[in-house]
Amino acid sequence: MAVIAQPPPTQTHADVTRDVVGTLSPATRGYTLMLFGAVGLFLVGVVTFTLILRDGLGLAGYQPPIFWSVFITTFVFWVGIGHAGTLISAILFLFRSPWRTAVYRATEAMTVFAVMTAGLFPIIHIGRQWVFYWLLPYPNQRYLWPNFKSPLVWDVFAIGTYLTVSTLFLIFGLIPDVAAVRDKMSGWRKQVYGALSLHWQGSDNQWRHYSRAYLYMAALATPLVLSVHSVVSWDFASSLIPGWHGTIFAPYFVAGAIYSGVGMVLTLLIPLRRYLKLEHMIGDYHFDNMSKLTLFTGTILLYAYGMEYFVAWYSGNTFEQTTFWRRAFGPQWWGGWTMIICNAFVSQLLWFRKIRTNLTSLFVISIFINIGMWFERYVIIVSSLSNDYVPYAWDIMTPTWADWGILAGSFGWFGMWFLLFAKNFPIVAIQEIKEFIPMPRKHAAHTGHH
Amino acid sequence: MARNKVTPGVLASFEHIDVACDTIRTLRAKGRKDITVFYSHPSHELEEACGHSVSPVRLFTLIGGLTGTIAAFAMQIWMNRNWPLLVGGKPIVAIPAFVVIGFELTVLIGALSTLFGVFFLSMTLRHKGVTYDGRFSDDRIGVFVPAGPEQALALEKMFRDAGAVEVQRAA
Repeated sequence: MAVIAQPPPTQTHADVTRDVVGTLSPATRGYTLMLFGAVGLFLVGVVTFTLILRDGLGLAGYQPPIFWSVFITTFVFWVGIGHAGTLISAILFLFRSPWRTAVYRATEAMTVFAVMTAGLFPIIHIGRQWVFYWLLPYPNQRYLWPNFKSPLVWDVFAIGTYLTVSTLFLIFGLIPDVAAVRDKMSGWRKQVYGALSLHWQGSDNQWRHYSRAYLYMAALATPLVLSVHSVVSWDFASSLIPGWHGTIFAPYFVAGAIYSGVGMVLTLLIPLRRYLKLEHMIGDYHFDNMSKLTLFTGTILLYAYGMEYFVAWYSGNTFEQTTFWRRAFGPQWWGGWTMIICNAFVSQLLWFRKIRTNLTSLFVISIFINIGMWFERYVIIVSSLSNDYVPYAWDIMTPTWADWGILAGSFGWFGMWFLLFAKNFPIVAIQEIKEFIPMPRKHAAHTGHH
Repeated sequence: MARNKVTPGVLASFEHIDVACDTIRTLRAKGRKDITVFYSHPSHELEEACGHSVSPVRLFTLIGGLTGTIAAFAMQIWMNRNWPLLVGGKPIVAIPAFVVIGFELTVLIGALSTLFGVFFLSMTLRHKGVTYDGRFSDDRIGVFVPAGPEQALALEKMFRDAGAVEVQRAA
């Protein structure tokens, strides 16, 4: 496969600071429109949730035996979106992959806001939202402790740890960059950014501990990325529902999560680089590499989908075979095929370099990825529950306006936070970009240093 | 920073990394150990010139991580024994089922402890009243050496001769 070489640095250190600080200038019309759009969608979600609080979960499309549906689908979708950020910021940091530097801050912010969005869904999904704190693992009135052998309790710990660590990782990485912004500001902004930078000065002693700590944080976050969606997958795989009870679930979910996350990164970055005038910092080289990551994980999904059908057939288990037959040819066949086409096949277009470097086609593909990955979770959850072991109990569910309202609200909530972050904090990592730009020398470099 | 007492000394500003590194090495060769160097991004070359040993922050990570592992297993074993309840035919103390939360708390406490280590070891710098210039987060390298009036003149001359683009005295 053709490789686009890393472009040589054309900016100086001062240019990088100026350009990134420039993204914090007053909002353009396009940005303001996007922000209003996001807030509008969020309000749709708020109104829908208020009605659910008043009238109950019956407003959503739950239909026996399907008591996990759109809300849990959307929960898994947003947790998955959160995977690309820490993959790019932590795992690719350990691999010293240079293309991550320009995009990792945006993906990290995306991770934090996606997991924040996901965290709302268990609360929306429970019947009595005002006792949401029962989700927390603490002893009940009979002094009975949480069931630590349950994947649902593992999930609380996994998501809680992931949200905490990825938020800390984002904030930690921001400290030197916020200090650089502070030094370019005046008045009250200087005071605010000064406080947010914890009065960082970039001294040798600070860098010495900071660089090491960043490395260890990345090392801790790396297995965490792979563990979180594995634990989410065990919510399903450790049950006995046909279509869920598979050992392939953990790697299958992790690959899908990274695939969906990179898809969302593309959806966000392609318009954002234009509105924030970052075309010279995020270019073909970065999109080509993100596309290859998408292609790689999309191909794993192609294999996993094929393997799921093969195992269902080869197992000779009637229930598994029926579930997978109905996924493809049952009443909700359209969901099954949307998932397979958007994820397994659309991603294969990225074998072509012309598509990888054409931002319009990449943007369109990224939308297909988002749709496909939402449907993947919908198909896994709803189609499996709709036909388990007793055909008498089989039924199908149709999402209602309340399901769609909450889904729209989640996109608004996520988009609102992401856009506010992009306009108020450096969306490109200043200090890491500078690491790749050689500092000026008075005399020619001698060997021995790197 | 105004509320902190300013440490008297000389602050030199450099544009070229090789010049800054040579100056730092010269100062260290003269026995100065109280130099503060400011730069905008991590640089192996400057770190080597400053001659620091490996940061002890790794101990915070290790101790935090191990604390998380031990705490997670201890919590789960104690709680399961405190109110024994058979679930899914598994033993009361089912170690494989406890691994997930053991792992999560290892990462969580390890990460929190690492951050605590950084703040404990390095984020108190501003209280020392060392003079700072906003250009050090942009494209300049700063070298600050504490000095009384009698030493300051000689240091200023040394910095200028070495190639500093700006030298200022903090008093």
